[in-house]
Amino acid sequence: MSAKKALTKHKDNFLKYRYLLKELVVKNIKLQYRNSVLGMFWTFLQPLLTMIVLSMVFSFVFGKGSDGVIVNYPVYLLSGRLLYDFFTQSTKRAMRSIRSNASIIKKVYVPKYIYPLSQVLSTFVTFLISLSVLAVVIAFFNIIGKDPVTITFNIVWAIVPVVILFIFCMGVGMFLATLNVFFKDVENFYDVITLLLFYMVPIVYSIDRLGIPQGSWQLRALKLNPLYGIIEMFRAAVLHGNEFTAFFSLHQLYYTVAAAVVTFIIGFVVFYKNQDKFILHI
Amino acid sequence: MKDYAIEVNHVSMLFHLNKERVDNAKEYFIRLVTRKLSYTEFWALKDVSFKVEKGDRVGIMGFNGAGKSTLLKTIAGVLKPTMGSVRVSGVIAPMLELGAGFDMNYSGKENIYLYGATMGFSRKFIEEKYDEIVDFAELGEFIDAPLKSYSSGMKSRLGFAIATAVKPDVLILDEVLSVGDAAFKDKSEQRILDMMEDGVTVLFVSHSTDRVRKICNKAIILTKGQIVANGEVNEICDMYTEMVNSK
Repeated sequence: MSAKKALTKHKDNFLKYRYLLKELVVKNIKLQYRNSVLGMFWTFLQPLLTMIVLSMVFSFVFGKGSDGVIVNYPVYLLSGRLLYDFFTQSTKRAMRSIRSNASIIKKVYVPKYIYPLSQVLSTFVTFLISLSVLAVVIAFFNIIGKDPVTITFNIVWAIVPVVILFIFCMGVGMFLATLNVFFKDVENFYDVITLLLFYMVPIVYSIDRLGIPQGSWQLRALKLNPLYGIIEMFRAAVLHGNEFTAFFSLHQLYYTVAAAVVTFIIGFVVFYKNQDKFILHI
Repeated sequence: MKDYAIEVNHVSMLFHLNKERVDNAKEYFIRLVTRKLSYTEFWALKDVSFKVEKGDRVGIMGFNGAGKSTLLKTIAGVLKPTMGSVRVSGVIAPMLELGAGFDMNYSGKENIYLYGATMGFSRKFIEEKYDEIVDFAELGEFIDAPLKSYSSGMKSRLGFAIATAVKPDVLILDEVLSVGDAAFKDKSEQRILDMMEDGVTVLFVSHSTDRVRKICNKAIILTKGQIVANGEVNEICDMYTEMVNSK
């Protein structure tokens, strides 16, 4: 079969099952808060409450909350935390998606990538909704006049890191889903990894305040993590709109795009090469 | 040249059987190092070839472990054969296990859409068939209740109603004719007989020669992953009865 023919076959197959994809995304979102009193409102409440807790704890640890580097500590923390949450939630759910749908995969033919993809997509939708919390918090600080955040048109650049993050999550998700089929330990192991990641990425702190000398290997190692660049670019657009060019580095943009695309390709190839074996292990 | 609904060409299926199931990294690495990662190779299907003409109803018989379910799964596209290929023309409705795509927290109504989507139907198609499905499954007001409150009979009725809502070209039946109570059993059998009259191709797995004689016009006997007989239904059923008696 020629490559072009194979590609059209995949496209037709995707079109046939795109309604299933939509159904699964809706299901994931609907069932998340079904039977809870506040329902969808948790999407707003959960990040808001964790932001308040973390701001209280860490401004206590670090002394005063905001300084020259961080314009507004709660907003700084919330923006990092929302992106981090999207990453960990989507990859964790994608990781479990093949195993948790084992009963279907064993009995009916379904393109298997639908499952990790639907998990990343539904987490993405809740992430987009939860971004409104960020708007509310920024508005709150601007109204009370304490540590106001200047919002400019540069905020549209925030779309760029979000798209990069989505591609990155999809790659990591497919890779973990494959690994999890063969080794169930991955789930436990990944919990620890995400905890480590929470402290490796500047969410509660600013990397400049760590006191690591410029050019040291530790600093390079921290910046090697694509999540670092993605979160920094997002903050440049949201928190530093008035001095955007000083904060938004093109170098970071190229690096994160390359890292996300490579991760996606690796995840996709690993998933694709092993998907016929899934059924024998789940 | 005849028009075939199903073509199975030299299909072989190899399974690696472990003495114990290795699904965690520790076990895997210990076995890798101590070289105990050996499998027993097991061919569930060995060079199976047959063709089914459009409108034929083929009974597949064999003892437990003969490879019947594996064969159905390769035809349904769930399992990819180790060697060989399967070609199916037209819409295929696998009824390997009814209700495998259900979500227990979803209501009956939501599950109709979800299950339909899992079978590859479009939203428009399910909307058109929705009333017919609810009607056939006899769920009435329960349709808005979550599935976890359903009895197992209700679940399989709903599964059967959705799976047969489509007019498939090929129907795969794995002894699922026994759905629900006696009244529903008659109704579901009637529906399958109606489909057959419309010229649907059927693959039917059963141990009961009576059933196979009633439904099928052709039959196959599988033994240890190989086809030992393939032909007219009465002839093959007689052979199978003889096999059972001599065992």
